[in-house]
Amino acid sequence: MKHIFSAFLRDEPRVLTRVTSLFARRGYNIDSLSVGATEERGISRMTFIAEAPEHMADQIQRQLEKLEDVLKVINHADEKFVDRELVLLKVRVSPETRLEIRMIAEDFRARNVDVGSKSYVFEVTGDEGKITAFIQQMRPFGIIETMRTGRVALSRGSNADIASQVYGGESTALEHPLSDVGVRA
Amino acid sequence: MTGSEALLKTLEAHGVRHIFGHPGGAIMPVYDALYDSPIQHILVRHEQGGGHAAEGYARVTGGLGVCMATSGPGATNLVTALADAMLDSLPILAITGNVPSPLLGTDAFQEADITGITMPITKHNFLVRNADDVSKTVAKAIAIALEGRPGPVLVDIPKDVQQAQTNAPIEQPKTKPARLEPNQAVIEKAAALIQSAKQPVLMVGGGACDAAPQILEFAKKTGIPVITTLMGLGNFPASDPQWLGMPGMHGSVASNRAISQCDVLIGLGMRFDDRVTGKTSRFAKNAQIIHIDIDTAEHNKLIPAYIAVHADSAAALEALTKHVSKLETPDWWTKLEDWKARQPKRPTWGAAEAIKMISSQLSGADIVVADVGQHQMLTAQLHPFEQPRKWLNSGGAGTMGFCLPAAMGAAVAIGSHDGGDAKGVRVIGIAGDGSSQMTIQELATLRKYDIPVKFAVINNGYLGMVRQWQEMFHSRRYSEVYLEDSNPDFPILASAYRIPGFAADNAADLEKCIRQWLEVDGPAVLEVRVPQEANVFPMVPAGKGLDEMLDDDPKFLEARELAKV
Repeated sequence: MKHIFSAFLRDEPRVLTRVTSLFARRGYNIDSLSVGATEERGISRMTFIAEAPEHMADQIQRQLEKLEDVLKVINHADEKFVDRELVLLKVRVSPETRLEIRMIAEDFRARNVDVGSKSYVFEVTGDEGKITAFIQQMRPFGIIETMRTGRVALSRGSNADIASQVYGGESTALEHPLSDVGVRA
Repeated sequence: MTGSEALLKTLEAHGVRHIFGHPGGAIMPVYDALYDSPIQHILVRHEQGGGHAAEGYARVTGGLGVCMATSGPGATNLVTALADAMLDSLPILAITGNVPSPLLGTDAFQEADITGITMPITKHNFLVRNADDVSKTVAKAIAIALEGRPGPVLVDIPKDVQQAQTNAPIEQPKTKPARLEPNQAVIEKAAALIQSAKQPVLMVGGGACDAAPQILEFAKKTGIPVITTLMGLGNFPASDPQWLGMPGMHGSVASNRAISQCDVLIGLGMRFDDRVTGKTSRFAKNAQIIHIDIDTAEHNKLIPAYIAVHADSAAALEALTKHVSKLETPDWWTKLEDWKARQPKRPTWGAAEAIKMISSQLSGADIVVADVGQHQMLTAQLHPFEQPRKWLNSGGAGTMGFCLPAAMGAAVAIGSHDGGDAKGVRVIGIAGDGSSQMTIQELATLRKYDIPVKFAVINNGYLGMVRQWQEMFHSRRYSEVYLEDSNPDFPILASAYRIPGFAADNAADLEKCIRQWLEVDGPAVLEVRVPQEANVFPMVPAGKGLDEMLDDDPKFLEARELAKV
């Protein structure tokens, strides 16, 4: 079974290495991983997907939470969430295929971000099913290269207590959603 | 103040009195500051020895053990000891020097990425980039090493950071975090399950070594039998009739039978290591398991817990004891008494007898340190451990060479080298002819500081445990285990270090030698030459269930069967 997790990490040297080395040494199979800054200075957020039976998913969460620089891990299987992935896809075009490719892209609401005489680059966002379907549709025309960001996820609903769970209630950014994110008084 | 001075002042503020270390180029500023520090440095002869000494120190005191090394090979020599401390949950602070910051990452002379190397074998590690951060980083490292489930923490300090000036204040020790109390609803559920048990058993591990009074009280109130794992020996007195012995690969008949047949098993401060469980699918098949541990990642890791209690061992047992009463289980005790009577047959002279003879001269207050191998299992089986923190061995990692330096650390911890508060407590090392040679150079450290460790080498001329496996599972193809032809003469080796040495190869001589050996004022070595092909039993062969244990050496069983015919 696939499990989608969010992990909150302190921005300390080698924190990513600590996390990935733990995955490797305990034999956890990670399908995708993406990291970025959060609204809170000094804290990063990572979404990762693991193929694991239930008891192993539980272990992944607990072993990760033992790392000093990991503040909290959420297994989204326990709740409702939204997830998205972005892909950049470069496809071969010719005068014969140009129109058809553009029509398919339109169906997927993909944006054409680079128009060349022999290739297009599309940007498309969506859940895993949509991304996979888009790549499938483009394959016959000749995909030159693709880059996927990996899935990112957030819980649905307000879950306003996340700040106290992760930052020990010190977040100002979440208490004042309109304040300048990342800047503390 | 320099970074080096900040380091030592922080250690001092945290009550550190001893450091086990070895100098080198990239840690010289710290050694220069040490010259004026009240902290006593113990100069070991190999950094691994310093690491194990810090482990022995931590295990005996329940506090922090500190070791120190230079960059590169100095630091990598600590690796084995750190891995050992990680698996046995010992609070160690390792300090390493590194090349000056501008040279980091340039493959400089004696450079090693020690924070990268030790990432999987430390609880956490730090590379300090600025002298202003030295004190707060060291204080944080100490807190991490000691809190929750203890473990080793490494702080790597580049040479320029050791030399740089800082005005940052010296961090004072943090107040110890409050004991982790259990959830009351979970405790009540666990208590009800225990109360309903017909064949209960309590299994206690190394994580419960500060809960001995609570274990005794719980056991007395309920009448439940107690098993102590290799790391938990001494957490319940061996002289108590409710004690069943040690479980697992070389566990007692009573422990392994009790685990296989119990209906409720309480695991306290233990982690269901494969050497304890044998084949997990056959482990405690009829039991509902209550697993009490401070590390929730241990819950359901290897054995599913029916009830998982996330708490400090002592706190959980105190809470449980309030909710339970005496269990009437006479039928269970009839079985247990029968199993307790079943002891493996042992030859009249050999390693087991020698260890028994040494053990009979010791008191419950003495500290016994084993190395890794047959002698370790025999000591665990035969020495009656009465008190916690009196038994040191490398349980999780099985590090040959642990004994001598760990015993040295233990002796320094109780102050027996400086007329401190040792109060007649002796430190006895029991090693093999193979394992002892892995860190034998620390005899020099014993001599230098007159650390009165009594070190015994049980010499069977083989890497005995490997030979036993080869005998049983590899058709006696003794591949690369024979040492007799090249072993040193241990008393002569001892005398080369100006340490008195004794040797015996029979019971009558040994009797005499043990007395002389223990009477030496200072370190002493005793070599016991024993027959070569003795095995350790009972034994659960690797990959088998505890219920498939061989109670006795098939060699003896065979001989007995033949005698009947």
